[in-house]
Amino acid sequence: MVAYLNVEQRIAGEARVARRRPRFLGRDSHVAYAFIAPAFFLLVVLVAYPFVLSVWFSLSDARVGNTGSFVGLSNFSRLLSSSIFLQTLQNTIVFTAAALAVKTVFGMGLALLLFRVVHFKRLIRGAVLLPFIVPTALSALVWWWMFEPLYSVVNWTLKSLHIIDHDIPWLSDPYLAMFTVILVNVWRGLPFFAITLLAGLVAIPRELYEAAQSDGAGPIARFWYITLPLLMPVLAVVILFSTIFTLSDFNIVYVLTRGGPMNMTHLFATYSFALGLQGGQIGQGAAVSLFLFPILLAVVFVQLRIVRKAALYE
Amino acid sequence: MSRKSRARWARNIRPLFTVYLPVLPYVLFALFPLYFMLVTSLKSSAELYDVNAVPFWIARGLTADHYRLLSTDTPFWNWFANSLIVSLASTVISVALGVLAAYPLARLRFAGADSFGVAIFVTYLVPPSLLFLPLSTVVNWLGLSDTLWALIVIYPTFLVPFCTWLLIGYFRTVPKEIEECAMLDGCSRLQSMLFILLPAALPGVICAALFAFTLSWNEFLYSLVFVSPAELKTMTVGVFSELIRGDIYYWGSLMAGACIGSLPIVIAYVFFLDYYVSGLTAGAIK
Repeated sequence: MVAYLNVEQRIAGEARVARRRPRFLGRDSHVAYAFIAPAFFLLVVLVAYPFVLSVWFSLSDARVGNTGSFVGLSNFSRLLSSSIFLQTLQNTIVFTAAALAVKTVFGMGLALLLFRVVHFKRLIRGAVLLPFIVPTALSALVWWWMFEPLYSVVNWTLKSLHIIDHDIPWLSDPYLAMFTVILVNVWRGLPFFAITLLAGLVAIPRELYEAAQSDGAGPIARFWYITLPLLMPVLAVVILFSTIFTLSDFNIVYVLTRGGPMNMTHLFATYSFALGLQGGQIGQGAAVSLFLFPILLAVVFVQLRIVRKAALYE
Repeated sequence: MSRKSRARWARNIRPLFTVYLPVLPYVLFALFPLYFMLVTSLKSSAELYDVNAVPFWIARGLTADHYRLLSTDTPFWNWFANSLIVSLASTVISVALGVLAAYPLARLRFAGADSFGVAIFVTYLVPPSLLFLPLSTVVNWLGLSDTLWALIVIYPTFLVPFCTWLLIGYFRTVPKEIEECAMLDGCSRLQSMLFILLPAALPGVICAALFAFTLSWNEFLYSLVFVSPAELKTMTVGVFSELIRGDIYYWGSLMAGACIGSLPIVIAYVFFLDYYVSGLTAGAIK
């Protein structure tokens, strides 16, 4: 979930105010450090240190109950020549790209529709956001039940409508399993796109549309030349956030398929879990999860750039 | 029909086809799995496993058997209590640390403010799947594995950055002047934050607490990794891992567990919908 951010605005805004009132500067930095200390300590011990540890693991042959010794990049080179890892890499790309594309397009559509909803506004928005709030591990269980081989409600419906005449193996066919986990990810993530984009839509001044309309712009032109450009910063932030959350997804795949059938739905997170915890090869597992890190850095970098650019236009 | 009334008719009816009808499939898609969860949990096993019965509703009477099985055959209420303890404790810790850290970032000028702000932002984006392996080693060293303390200590690692980030934004919206007045009257920084700023930024604090509670209640991976005894599990992990024995799936009870496990969050959501929406979108739009 999200409360992102205008990193620059949140931080820079403060300096501006402080400069105007030097009166309170004196002891302030002591107070500031004292206030920040607990959070800082927590993050150093339980985020920064584990991260360094993770890098060390990935460069060692650590196993459960054994800190291991330095082996250089051999974990990474072994992964890159392992067919399961290459499959995982491919799965992760397919999963993330497909889920993001669907969520972006339908999320935008849903936001545009919700914007025009007048009656039962709270009720409809509340219903749409619900899948995002409910615990994913539990809601993934009901999807599992809905795609169960024998009693699947989806198959029952399709058979009753005479669309199919035999059961579809949703979770045991490799390609259908990928389709299913993407579907569930979309179900959970779509509300985030819709509600955030809706907030972006509400912030666009109405006068622009009125002016465009009096100049003869139709609905498509208005969407293309007003809505989309003005919504771009919000859209970019939402997509970047969702990239990280989709890429690092664990719950949905673990509950629905555990990475199977034949490793065809393994993502970085589930494969790292299978290798590092279930297989006991901590070094290999850490190396898999570290593949998330460059992507994380790239997202942070792009995000800071976007915010800076958006701030320029203000 | 006069032209005027025809125009009014078009204005009233058109949205039905261009807005409400297209929204309907989305709403059904969002709600159906949750509805199906509830229906399954209340349906008798005989009807549940009858391939000819219509799965969409309950035709042969409600039953509480699945809920009863949860209570008698599994430490279900332990899981519930564990989730509650862990979520409340980590929420209190995270909101307290978040308020303390957000205050200087929103109000004071000090060397390193920018770097700390960016560091908070980056840790906020770090997904649990990147850190669970080394963290399990750290939890072992601290002697916390297989205790609820492990979760109470670890959950704040993703909650504190989130709360701090959210609160910086809320604190900024409170005018600095009211605090300055209090400080001229002799308040210390801590007093002015506690008694002047916090009451004014109360919606932000509520929002941070709600999200922190929801995120820790819903957490799955850390709980799965750090706690293995059945009676110490949290809700999300317990329902998933203890109700599937070999190849036998207790679907009715699984769904009953999922229903009760979602209930606290859904109740909070119904009462505080606006806080959830504003927390979700805070900062996306200035």
